[in-house]
Amino acid sequence: MACKHLGKVNDKSIERILHPLLSGRFFSKQPSSLKDNELAKFAAISDTWWDSEGPFKPLHAMNPTRLAFIRSALCRHFRKDPYSAKPLEGLKIVDVGCGGGILSEPLARLGATVTGVDAVEKNIKIAQLHAGLDPATSTIEFCCTTAEKLVEEGRKFDAVMALEIIEHVADPMEFCKSLAALTVPDGATVISTINRSMRAYATAIVAAEYILNWLPKGTHQWSSFLTPEELVLILQRAGINVEEMAGFEYDPVKGRWYLSDDISVNFIALGTKSRNTECDT
Amino acid sequence: MNACFLTLVIKKTVSNVCALKIPRKYFCNESVKVAGSTVGDVSNETSTLPDSESLLVVSFQALDRLTELYMSLTFLIIGHLSSQAGLNNTELATISVANHKETPMLDNLLLLPQEHGKNQVINKTIPQYDIAIVGGGLVGMALACFLASMPMTKQLNVAIIDSNPALGSSLHIKKKNPPDPRVSTVTPASISFLQDAGAWKYVEQNRHAYFNIMQVWDYTGLGYARYNARDVNKDFLGCVAENKVLHNALLSCVKDSDFKTTIYPTKLSSMTVNSSSLSTVKETASKELPSAQGHGAKLQLSDGSSIYAKLVVGADGGKSHVRELMGIKTIGWNYSQNAIICTVEHTSENACAWQRFLPTGPIALLPMSGKFSNIVWTMSPAESNNRKSITEEEFLEDVNYALDYGYGPHPSSSLSGTRDMLSLFKMDATISTSEFFEIPPKVTRLASERMVFPLSLRHANSYASKRVVLIGDAAHTVHPLAGQGVNLGFGDAYYLSRIISEGITLGTDIGEINLLKKYEKERKAANIMMMAILDGFQKACSIDFGPFNLLRAAAFHGANYISPLKRSIISYASGEHKLPIFL
Repeated sequence: MACKHLGKVNDKSIERILHPLLSGRFFSKQPSSLKDNELAKFAAISDTWWDSEGPFKPLHAMNPTRLAFIRSALCRHFRKDPYSAKPLEGLKIVDVGCGGGILSEPLARLGATVTGVDAVEKNIKIAQLHAGLDPATSTIEFCCTTAEKLVEEGRKFDAVMALEIIEHVADPMEFCKSLAALTVPDGATVISTINRSMRAYATAIVAAEYILNWLPKGTHQWSSFLTPEELVLILQRAGINVEEMAGFEYDPVKGRWYLSDDISVNFIALGTKSRNTECDT
Repeated sequence: MNACFLTLVIKKTVSNVCALKIPRKYFCNESVKVAGSTVGDVSNETSTLPDSESLLVVSFQALDRLTELYMSLTFLIIGHLSSQAGLNNTELATISVANHKETPMLDNLLLLPQEHGKNQVINKTIPQYDIAIVGGGLVGMALACFLASMPMTKQLNVAIIDSNPALGSSLHIKKKNPPDPRVSTVTPASISFLQDAGAWKYVEQNRHAYFNIMQVWDYTGLGYARYNARDVNKDFLGCVAENKVLHNALLSCVKDSDFKTTIYPTKLSSMTVNSSSLSTVKETASKELPSAQGHGAKLQLSDGSSIYAKLVVGADGGKSHVRELMGIKTIGWNYSQNAIICTVEHTSENACAWQRFLPTGPIALLPMSGKFSNIVWTMSPAESNNRKSITEEEFLEDVNYALDYGYGPHPSSSLSGTRDMLSLFKMDATISTSEFFEIPPKVTRLASERMVFPLSLRHANSYASKRVVLIGDAAHTVHPLAGQGVNLGFGDAYYLSRIISEGITLGTDIGEINLLKKYEKERKAANIMMMAILDGFQKACSIDFGPFNLLRAAAFHGANYISPLKRSIISYASGEHKLPIFL
């Protein structure tokens, strides 16, 4: 629906509509792209990260589907063999907002050299403990830091993951710029989030937080969601071209998530950093 | 930035992702269509019958449900003592473990705190495996075989724990010797799994017997049913092979692949599973480093060594020690029935599977290549003990009596009226409808000892917990006569290998409960269905009551003459349909 509507207006008018958002006026003016109250929210439930029946249950349920997308998209982008058991071997990947390491661990098992960063110290401790249980994941480097600080340190990665995190940052534009700065030229950036649509409000907030109690109340704020168009635009401004995008669909009967072309609620995008745009505007 | 471009990007992505076959399950929820399911077309025909006949159809539909269920049972029972006999070796192993289990287990509990200091030193040398299969019987070896044949799982490091010496050296099977009485009927579905894994060719090198005709009848002489593989456009209905042939085939298949397996010729004595749920991690974290806890489950073996495994597979039979150690409860009951199994010889070749229902229980005669056949005969424990001890001549006389003229007359090929009434359903008649009742070949010689097994039913409440999963008889013991036991086990092993492969594709920890629950969810439904049917069969069989006998006879007729029903029964028993209904 949103796509059809936007198809009629030209690019300039979209930018005009989005201007307040892109300039960060909608968000609190903090130097870091993170919101303090968001950090407190996650610190409170961090010790339940690996409880597959706990507050992060939906994330656990969604994880295989996210990984299916990431695996196949990265294999295509980096021309890796998808039939190999460790197709991501040789790739340096950073997982921004790694939480308890739910995404970092599978990426490491797929062969990648993973760095997991999270602003909540408790998350990092839990991630370290849990990853240490398996030799395949004990090599993951976990740091309590932010994307901005990694940029300052001059770190570079072949692929940057920022899953279900952009809706929790204060300034998405700045955040995307940091992600771009962390990505090597020709590298990949993967972002997933929730659409700012009425359906997303009904499912991700009303149903998931208030009816099904999947997520603690107040986990998400509808106003900080981004639509796919907005995400594509701000990524483009940061020097990243979105090449692949897919939606996630939940089957309540089977209790499983599937990839689909319906991006009206949850969606994931893979972008490539163009070789010549070194983005430090 | 154009919105149309966005849509294009999404479309491309989804189609790209779908093009990659391995993780496909995550992307499409399309159901897989079973090949050869012609049932649907035929039932459409019946539903478009003229109004005048609709009443009859309704009454037959009611009968269908009954006959369907009942005949599924009758077909299934013709199999063999696979579950018990198939895992016989592992079961024996577990029994002996159970006998002296108290000591090692107590030792372990008592010694652990004291040996703590030592353990950390030993830890470095404790081998680490991806999967430990406890029990290298038919089902355990089938799992190893399936894992060896898939690209995602073939690099796994697997330990097989079984004290059966057959695992160590390749058994030489002499074709001259008469067949072993412990045989299994392998369904076409299981055969295709084994073919895909590359194990079936080893079975075909040894003695095996495909059969394409099956005849089922009962002692009242009121009805019979003949099934022909051509009814479902197949070459065969199943294949009978000795358990040692099957086991050897699986073993050769694993050995000939470059799959890394280590065989531990010992028994499991105890097991500790490190739960990595965070509450435990937090408690232990302050005391010791995570690496000192070891990785995954720690298995202590009866020879004093221990190993670590990310996933422990309990394939150790009906008296599973793994199940016991995990505290998984079972439900079930013993039938007050025993089965006698033995190999017999005829004067001519037998290529058909025979099953007759007697007031005391069913007797089955299965082809075993050449002039040999296999007998499975269910009866009360007292009778079975008697029949085990009588002379060969007396026993053979009993068998021939039971298979031919004993207990009641032969069924007539056409009950007047029944056939005309049922001709309504013959629009697409199956080939075997026109086949007449035949008398099974006479048994002339006993070619093996007589073995007696008690029958029971057992089902584990749970198949999966953190790092531990049960397959085959460890998860479910069906009525051992059914021959479905080993086939359900092969199904478990096949599905588990698929789930593990899927987990590896997506970088999941293979011992993770969410992954293993997927296996449980899939297999529990299928197994409970089959168990209920077999149990229901057992009960239906033991009823000798006039009107019920007539109903049973009607069921035979229905199953013989109603083509869609017949196909449905054959497909279900072949392991191709999940439910014995018209789908």
